Amino acid sequence: MHVIVVGLSHKTAPVEIREKLAVPESRLREALSRLCTYPGVREGLLLSTCNRVEVYAVVEDLEGGYGRVQEFLADTHLSLSSEHLTPHLYWHAGDRAISHLFRVASSLDSMIVGESQILGQIKDAFEVALTHKASGLLLNKIVKKAISVAKRVRTETKIAETAVSVSYAAVELAKKIFSNLTEKTVLLIGAGEMAKLAARHLIANGVRQVRITTRNLQHGLELAQKFNGTAVPFEDYKTELAAADIVLVSTGASHYLVTADDVQRAMRQRMNRPMFLIDISVPRNIDPAVRPIDDAFLFDIDDLHMRVEQNREDRLREAAKAEQMVVEEVAVLGQWLQSLEVTPTIVALRGRTEEIKRREVEKVLARLAHLSSEDRAAVEALASAIVNKMVHGAMVTLKAEATSSSGAAYVDAARRFFSLEDTPPAYPPAQTDVQDGSEGSGTGNGANRFSGESLVQHTTKEQSRRVS
Amino acid sequence: MSSVFFMLTMGLYFVSTVCYLAYLLRRAETLSKVSLGITAAGFATHTVALVARMADSSQAQLPTFHEALSFFSWMLILVFLAVEYRRQLHVLGSFIVPLALVSLVTAAAFRSDGASSLQPVFKTLWVHVTLSMLGTVGFAVAFVAGVMYLIQDGLLKSKRFNVLYAKLPALDYLDHLNQQSIVMGFPLLTLGIISGAFSAEIVRGSYVNWNPEQTWAMVTWGFYFAVLVGRLTIGWRAKRAAYLTIIGFAGVILTLIGVVLKSHGSVS
Repeated sequence: MHVIVVGLSHKTAPVEIREKLAVPESRLREALSRLCTYPGVREGLLLSTCNRVEVYAVVEDLEGGYGRVQEFLADTHLSLSSEHLTPHLYWHAGDRAISHLFRVASSLDSMIVGESQILGQIKDAFEVALTHKASGLLLNKIVKKAISVAKRVRTETKIAETAVSVSYAAVELAKKIFSNLTEKTVLLIGAGEMAKLAARHLIANGVRQVRITTRNLQHGLELAQKFNGTAVPFEDYKTELAAADIVLVSTGASHYLVTADDVQRAMRQRMNRPMFLIDISVPRNIDPAVRPIDDAFLFDIDDLHMRVEQNREDRLREAAKAEQMVVEEVAVLGQWLQSLEVTPTIVALRGRTEEIKRREVEKVLARLAHLSSEDRAAVEALASAIVNKMVHGAMVTLKAEATSSSGAAYVDAARRFFSLEDTPPAYPPAQTDVQDGSEGSGTGNGANRFSGESLVQHTTKEQSRRVS
Repeated sequence: MSSVFFMLTMGLYFVSTVCYLAYLLRRAETLSKVSLGITAAGFATHTVALVARMADSSQAQLPTFHEALSFFSWMLILVFLAVEYRRQLHVLGSFIVPLALVSLVTAAAFRSDGASSLQPVFKTLWVHVTLSMLGTVGFAVAFVAGVMYLIQDGLLKSKRFNVLYAKLPALDYLDHLNQQSIVMGFPLLTLGIISGAFSAEIVRGSYVNWNPEQTWAMVTWGFYFAVLVGRLTIGWRAKRAAYLTIIGFAGVILTLIGVVLKSHGSVS
């Protein structure tokens, strides 16, 4: 069994391809169940955001698995064919696939490194996969780990500390003027997308008082409802200024809506309490002559962009630390996956039973010294037969289920039933080839089908697949 | 013994000043921890030095300018450690510790071991000096907050988002610190002046004789009174308050210089 990922992202595909491939939330369930109908696909998770479409799957064989998943992707949109997609896709298996997911979750692969949305999107995708039982033991463990790695990266590096979107830069600046935003009032003049986003960020950071004014009163009322704020008539925006600590302006007006005189008047009324003005409109709606006014801080779209650019550089520095964490965590998860391998479990099980048999036989024979060598042989044969018959069922089941989605669960169960936990799975390649026939259990085939390949082993396939 | 610890303190404050100034320009947060450790060590030796000095000198000794300044420096560090403990405002150290160092070095210049013990009436002088110095600490912190405010204000206005910008706290916090410091400092100065008047009455027989340093003290008092009232009534806050407290502290320094020039090392 192999963990694989096949997908494309903003780094490999233009938006024209991504938007075609993107699976809307309403069709996610249907797409997932379609994915699971492909032969050899045991588990699946579909991550579809505006920047990436990726399929994580647990497949029986690598070659076929890659093919099936690619087929699945090509089938999501009528106008797409496999040939179309190939140049934009990437393939990873085993460690590489897991590392890829960890990096994506930690926002190291994002367009804006350190942004926090992707983690939520992965959680949602996982939720859907869980409810539709597309995700099984392996993916569950891997995705949960990815989420915890992402959280670790967020808390232990400063990757997400600085603002890298214009709307968030506004919040960061606001926090350098006001230490506590909860008591502050925001006045939203006009309702451009970015201003709405900035307002939302401000509310998320504690702002409770939001006053909204738009030319279209109806629109203003709707927004007020959304932000739990108050709509005020557009004519009154100048008188509203004095009560506003943060003013967000983004209208389509082609002239200055807020002049230096307006701000000066407001400052007098405010008794010089600082005021933070953000002009996200192009053309600008706040007269730049406001800048020199004491205690009024005006930032326009360029200022915010500049701030974002600086922060981006800081984030890249932190990203290097995060990459190191991902490497560590992949290694930890790799160990767990290895322990789930069927072959070492069978080896351990056999070793365990052999040891019990040997000890018990020795004990009995020591007491029955009078037995002839023939009788001794008979006793030994009896013990062997009992032991082998006892574990036979377990061995057969383990091998049969090795390639099923619940295979790992059986392995886990077997390790607990037979107390194999304390004997770490020995995994030198030489021992993996289990010879069943000699023990007379009679189920000889199948063991070496998966013995040579490890779940966490990545092959050179992905390199050869990668289209140059 | 006091002088050994005093010199040690000066050395520690010097090193921590260097560290704190380097911290201003560097990203490394570890530097602030190192600086804080050195400052705390300096504060400990300073405390020992002060206690030893008090034990050395008799009760009847006149409070000297050296002791007043050393005490002032000690209080500044105490206030800084308290704020640092509550708010983790490392960058405050970059401003307060150098100020404490300067006042300590000045104190060293006025150090004299000659026990100029006079009449016991000078007990009231001790009260006067202590209260005035505590008030001055308040104004010094307000001054530092004002300087920090103006720097952050300037950085925001000119859109220079450098390391210093990242380290300085929000403007309204600095304004709040400024206000709190004056609210604490002003009553202490008032009491200091009143106790000064009493000791003047004891020494010279009149409460007020309007000598230059008394005049300056009254002007300073009036100035801070106006700053406080102005904040509450006509919006002398934010940038204006920052400027005013810087000017006010300059007045305080002038008063102290006047005291020194007049009394040649002893406060009256």
